[in-house]
Amino acid sequence: MALEKLHAQRGSIAIVGAAESDRVGKLPGKSALALHAEGARNALADAGLKASDVDAVLSTGRQTANDVPEYLGIRPRYLDNTQMGGCSFIAHLQHALGIINAGVAEVVLITHGESGYSRVGMGSGDRFAPDTPPGQFEMPFGIGGPATRYALAAVRHMHEYGTTKEQMAQVAVATREWARLNPRAMMRDPITVADVLSSKEIAWPFNLLDCCLVTDGGGALVVTSAERAQSCAKKPVYVLGTGEASCHSIISQMPRFHVWDAAIMAGERAWAMSGVKHSEIDLAMFYDAFTIVPILALEALGFVEPGEGGPFVADGKTGPGGSFPMNTNGGGLSYTHSGMYGMYLLVEAVKQLRGECGERQVKDATTAICHGTGGILSASATAILSTER
Amino acid sequence: MADEYKAPLPNPTPDSKPFWDGLKAHELRIQRCKDCGDAYFYPRDVCPGCLSGNVEWFTASGRGKLHTFSIVYRPLKYPPLQAPYVLAMVELEEGPRMMSNLVGIEPDPAKIRCEMPVVIEYADVTAEVTLPRFRPAS
Ligand SMILES: [Zn+2]
Repeated sequence: MALEKLHAQRGSIAIVGAAESDRVGKLPGKSALALHAEGARNALADAGLKASDVDAVLSTGRQTANDVPEYLGIRPRYLDNTQMGGCSFIAHLQHALGIINAGVAEVVLITHGESGYSRVGMGSGDRFAPDTPPGQFEMPFGIGGPATRYALAAVRHMHEYGTTKEQMAQVAVATREWARLNPRAMMRDPITVADVLSSKEIAWPFNLLDCCLVTDGGGALVVTSAERAQSCAKKPVYVLGTGEASCHSIISQMPRFHVWDAAIMAGERAWAMSGVKHSEIDLAMFYDAFTIVPILALEALGFVEPGEGGPFVADGKTGPGGSFPMNTNGGGLSYTHSGMYGMYLLVEAVKQLRGECGERQVKDATTAICHGTGGILSASATAILSTER
Repeated sequence: MADEYKAPLPNPTPDSKPFWDGLKAHELRIQRCKDCGDAYFYPRDVCPGCLSGNVEWFTASGRGKLHTFSIVYRPLKYPPLQAPYVLAMVELEEGPRMMSNLVGIEPDPAKIRCEMPVVIEYADVTAEVTLPRFRPAS
């Protein structure tokens, strides 16, 4: 019954504004809040709306939900500070669906800003303090940054399915090919599988080029009802399906290391709500924190059978001109990765569906899937977007 | 020597203190649910299988299998072991998995394999804290 109710809401809201901060990359002159603000201002301009039109602000990365609206001078009647990691903004899209269709808000602003590289205005606060579960049950064993954590899933995937480092490296290579077509991308020199395998060892099985960038940046979306969307500046991008799920928080609690259960749960919802078939997807924007992650997503979202993600990407079909365009902005691996990267997946999908992507434009793209990881494969959120309702 | 240990240490909470006290006594004490029978880790006041509060502590065998691992080449500032070292997820004989370090084997991906049998050893890293480590079982 719940699914029928969800399916009835297919296409009921639309993204009418999508933009990033003026620049992304190394931005020591910009605080995290300033990056939220640049994204917000640019997205509202994109939508042809004013700050005073906004009645809900959904964001994360700050101490309270009041912080971003205050900086922007917006007085929302609905606030959401849901923090589930990098996919939070995709989940916010589902929250926007709920509040718009419930009549709680009409114009929803979703913002991201993070000084991930320069660490300007980021505040403090230790998620891994010694009295927390990660502080007690992971940190004492020298778990390093995210690479060592994602590595635990990658190694088990290799054990279960025979996935190889070469297959994972191909994700980085194909993604770099897209980045070469994006003038805003940080890394634009071509690379080979051999380059990935010979780059600095970080945490087995990952070398440096298996790992996403660390940058500064921001972005925002403006979301409203399909009805109101008709009067906005640009062609609406409809939200056909959404899903979110969480199966653990710290990596040592992951139920199955070789299977991304949260992604299965989020994806099932998005497919059911949208009624879209896999063959109808023109563009996949899959969070690529590490090269194993899009492989896990391909399997969890049902594009391939379990264990076939590695062989699927191995022939380069996810790159420019390939049959499965994936991460056309150049991804977190080569474009930018300020920390909570999910926002950039959504902005790129909207721009592709509007045909605004220049050299890297996927021809005649009408339907896209965005999928993100939050935490360490802890949470997932999925959105299926289309130019048609 | 104990004073020189600078790697992160746990600050036990009431729900985890018996686990850390157990390690200090060189015993691996974990919990199980008296309603559904499942053993679980990390320590908590409710069973993550059925949310029952009817849970008890017991001493585990300290034997298990390596479920998955990573080799840390670039550690944080104060690592628990000299890099490269092996970060390990161990699946205990009793069922639950816990994070630890695999020692007593070269940190070489060609020599370490998932599912290899491992056994606990106790590292008294400071006067207060003992950490569990695992080595290949002979
Ligand atoms: Zn139970």
